[in-house]
Amino acid sequence: MKGSKARSVLPGFGLSMGFTVFYLCVLVLIPLAGLVVKTTGLTWEQFWNTVTSGRVLASYRISFLTAFFAALINLAFGLLVAWVLVRYRFPGKKLIDSLVDLPFALPTAVAGIALTAIYAPNGWIGSLLDPLGIKIAFTPLGITIALIFIGLPFVVRTVQPVLQDFERETEEAAVMLGAYRWRTFRRVILPELVPALLTGFALAFARGLGEYGSVVFISGNMPLKTEITPLLIMTKLEQYDYSGATAIALVMLLASFLMLLFINYLQWRSNRRAIAD
Amino acid sequence: MAGAVTAHLSDSASVRPKHVTEKPIVRWLLTGIALLFLGFVVLLPLVAVFVEAFQQGVNLYWASITDPDAVAALKLTLITALISVPLNTVFGIAAAWAITKFRFRGKNFLITLIDLPFSISPVISGLIFVLLFGAQGWFGPWLDSHDIQILFALPGIVLATTFVTFPFVARELIPLMQAQGVQEEEAAASLGAKGWQIFFRVTLPNIKWGLLYGIILCNARAMGEFGAVSVVSGHIRGETNTLPLHVEILYNEYQFSASFAVASLLVFLALITLGVKSFVEWKSAQRAKGGEANGTAS
Amino acid sequence: MSNMTKKFSFRSLLVFTAFGLALAGCGGGGNNGTNNAGGTNAAGNAANAAAGNESAPKPAVELLNVSYDPTRELYDAYNKLFIDYWKTEHNQDVTIKQSHGGSGKQSRAVIDGIKADVVTLALGYDIDAIAEKGLVNEDWQQKFENNSSPYTSTIVFLVRKGNPKGIKDWGDLVKDDVSVITPNPKTSGGARWNYLAAWGYALKQSGGDEQKAQAFVGDLFKNVPVLDSGARGSTTTFVERGIGDVLLAWENEAYLSVNELGKDKFEIVYPSISILAEPPVAVVDKVVDDKGTREVAEGYLDFLYTEEAQKVIAENYYRPQLTSVAEQYKDRFPELELLTIDNDFGGWKEAQTKHFADGGIFDQIYTPGS
Repeated sequence: MKGSKARSVLPGFGLSMGFTVFYLCVLVLIPLAGLVVKTTGLTWEQFWNTVTSGRVLASYRISFLTAFFAALINLAFGLLVAWVLVRYRFPGKKLIDSLVDLPFALPTAVAGIALTAIYAPNGWIGSLLDPLGIKIAFTPLGITIALIFIGLPFVVRTVQPVLQDFERETEEAAVMLGAYRWRTFRRVILPELVPALLTGFALAFARGLGEYGSVVFISGNMPLKTEITPLLIMTKLEQYDYSGATAIALVMLLASFLMLLFINYLQWRSNRRAIAD
Repeated sequence: MAGAVTAHLSDSASVRPKHVTEKPIVRWLLTGIALLFLGFVVLLPLVAVFVEAFQQGVNLYWASITDPDAVAALKLTLITALISVPLNTVFGIAAAWAITKFRFRGKNFLITLIDLPFSISPVISGLIFVLLFGAQGWFGPWLDSHDIQILFALPGIVLATTFVTFPFVARELIPLMQAQGVQEEEAAASLGAKGWQIFFRVTLPNIKWGLLYGIILCNARAMGEFGAVSVVSGHIRGETNTLPLHVEILYNEYQFSASFAVASLLVFLALITLGVKSFVEWKSAQRAKGGEANGTAS
Repeated sequence: MSNMTKKFSFRSLLVFTAFGLALAGCGGGGNNGTNNAGGTNAAGNAANAAAGNESAPKPAVELLNVSYDPTRELYDAYNKLFIDYWKTEHNQDVTIKQSHGGSGKQSRAVIDGIKADVVTLALGYDIDAIAEKGLVNEDWQQKFENNSSPYTSTIVFLVRKGNPKGIKDWGDLVKDDVSVITPNPKTSGGARWNYLAAWGYALKQSGGDEQKAQAFVGDLFKNVPVLDSGARGSTTTFVERGIGDVLLAWENEAYLSVNELGKDKFEIVYPSISILAEPPVAVVDKVVDDKGTREVAEGYLDFLYTEEAQKVIAENYYRPQLTSVAEQYKDRFPELELLTIDNDFGGWKEAQTKHFADGGIFDQIYTPGS
């Protein structure tokens, strides 16, 4: 397989690329440019003071850590769920499959309310854990749970199609070569899944960073402890401080952009390696 | 809906020969863990929604979902989804084609730009349109003098929704088409097939499930989006309230049961989309029954 | 409304044709028709109002009232009253659209271009912000009686039945074993009143020592386990989640919680001193002049001061301004010492900068390491 040949053989590059770039510009780049321009209303010093004040720094830490752990858990369990859904048969599978999309369909505010109702100290699960001294709602743990809920479909739904189209022949070849099941998985299946897994992780993580609707209900919003960055942006807006709000937004934007870029690079590399093999 | 579909689900993936699957005990263990996880993370909140929705009886449930404001919200939600989803689908296919079938500089950069709306806080997604189209924004005065209302009306809601659901289809297709490579298209091209022919005859059948997933995710998110729409909607009852916003309003009026009833409506909408997906799958499985043997290999 | 509805239905129409969708399955119907009718009628009304014709029935008109969260029930009732009154007095049909949300958020929506005919918000500060952009005339606070505040309210304590922690006054809120629920003053208008009432109490206790007052509110907020972003979020935390011993709430919200969510579960405690909250109203001059709805918009706000309306106001647990009505409902609203924003805090602008702006006194409570 020589990718370089593709350029000359397949048609439609101009059309698809042109449309992609145009649509991207109109819908994403121009609006985002507005954000950047708005921030330039601040002097560099004002900008720096806004985005590095103590409360804001604490909120970055909370947002990044909770989003990261939630994405990590989703990576493991999302793969497992996708695997089970694609490969095994059990009663009610179709229904379970539909359930995975629920976090998309449920408005985030509803999700937040429902999760809080379950994990609050007087809720279904919260009341069981409370006597043990475990608090979930109104702690970073609660935020993580909300983000696991929000991010799960990202991992499952990116891995699932790849797993579904996975060619049995490759696997069979490995078996014929005498590889054990676990080994087959690690050596043959997993590498193929890496791009999809990375994408799923990145999306779940990035989504978690920005999530607002569901988190505000379950987090308790305590400054320095459970105050997430998007809430601080809202706080600024509430005081008519558009520049301050966009400054923090810009920082978050840059952070997730760099992270996504890094992961896309990794993915591209792993893909290249696969092709080279 | 599910009953009719489960029967056909025994597609090639589920019934695997013994040598390419795990021992039964491992299978059951993995399934058990997966189900337990889903139960805690997804099913429990869903149950909570329905329990709350029916807490005060079926009559109240019915009354809340047939309330004129709820019906207006439902309509607005559907209209919004009907505009943004097709737009993003066309974009997704074009972007995935350009990115996976050709090599060019800055590909990672482009993919990352496409991902960007995911990583932007919904609050910000709404805000950027306020900065552009608000009365104090860039185009505000011009729009005002031409009597065009974008914010706090349908166009604003559609824009915000389209922005938020922008990457779904593209993101679903890119890894899939990347894994599939370009040989089949190249083969078709070398046999003299035209561009659209290649796409419809070769590529589309290969990516249809991924595409369908993408559309469904895009649609589900379009109907459920809250944060961004909340910023640009203006919350005018019966006019610019989408279903998720209506849920919040009811909740804030202490009408907890009514609010969860409307929320369950959104769940039903999602289930309907999934039903459609299952139906399409089933249909195509029926049609492909004859040529199943060579179906996966080609 | 005319521009907006016209645009709205035009766009919807465009959408329908563009995608060839009949939308038959979407349920309901006729909404589009109504919108269209509203659009043309409102335009007609503009011409009519200019002519000043009283005898013939005037074409229907539509108002948009952009308000804050706790007034939902009040305006639901009041709108019905006003529509009847306007129909009999002026022979004109009025439909009133409502929009509710956090006061600051609503004010921003007006600034950003929502076509509100009238605004009825939680604090004068939020209307000042609109006036600053020239949408409302600078002298809005003089346009209607009582500083343009047709009703007032105050901050009270909601405690669990029997008041197990024995909470009587602000001083009890800083005790170690008391947990207090209030929304975040940075994001909620109501919470700013809570905060200022506590500040005022502490200032009075210490004979005007600001240092002590700051320490007091600091101690108070250390007892807050959850800072919701809005007033209703806090009520839910307190009532539904069972967190906290006392909820600081608007008087009308406290009554609403008791009535709607359990008379046998909560009771209201009046502290020795609280703050006089004056939620103001204003006509959005730019919008009503564009739309030609000034007459009915001003009529809408004027009517709030009539006896009938003041009764509705009192029924919804807002304190009426009219003495006769206040007399009638005096059992409902116990007298207590009330601080005012203008006399005790030098107006909203000053209070805002001093306490709630970034780096203000409230932020200092939550400085890292403190």
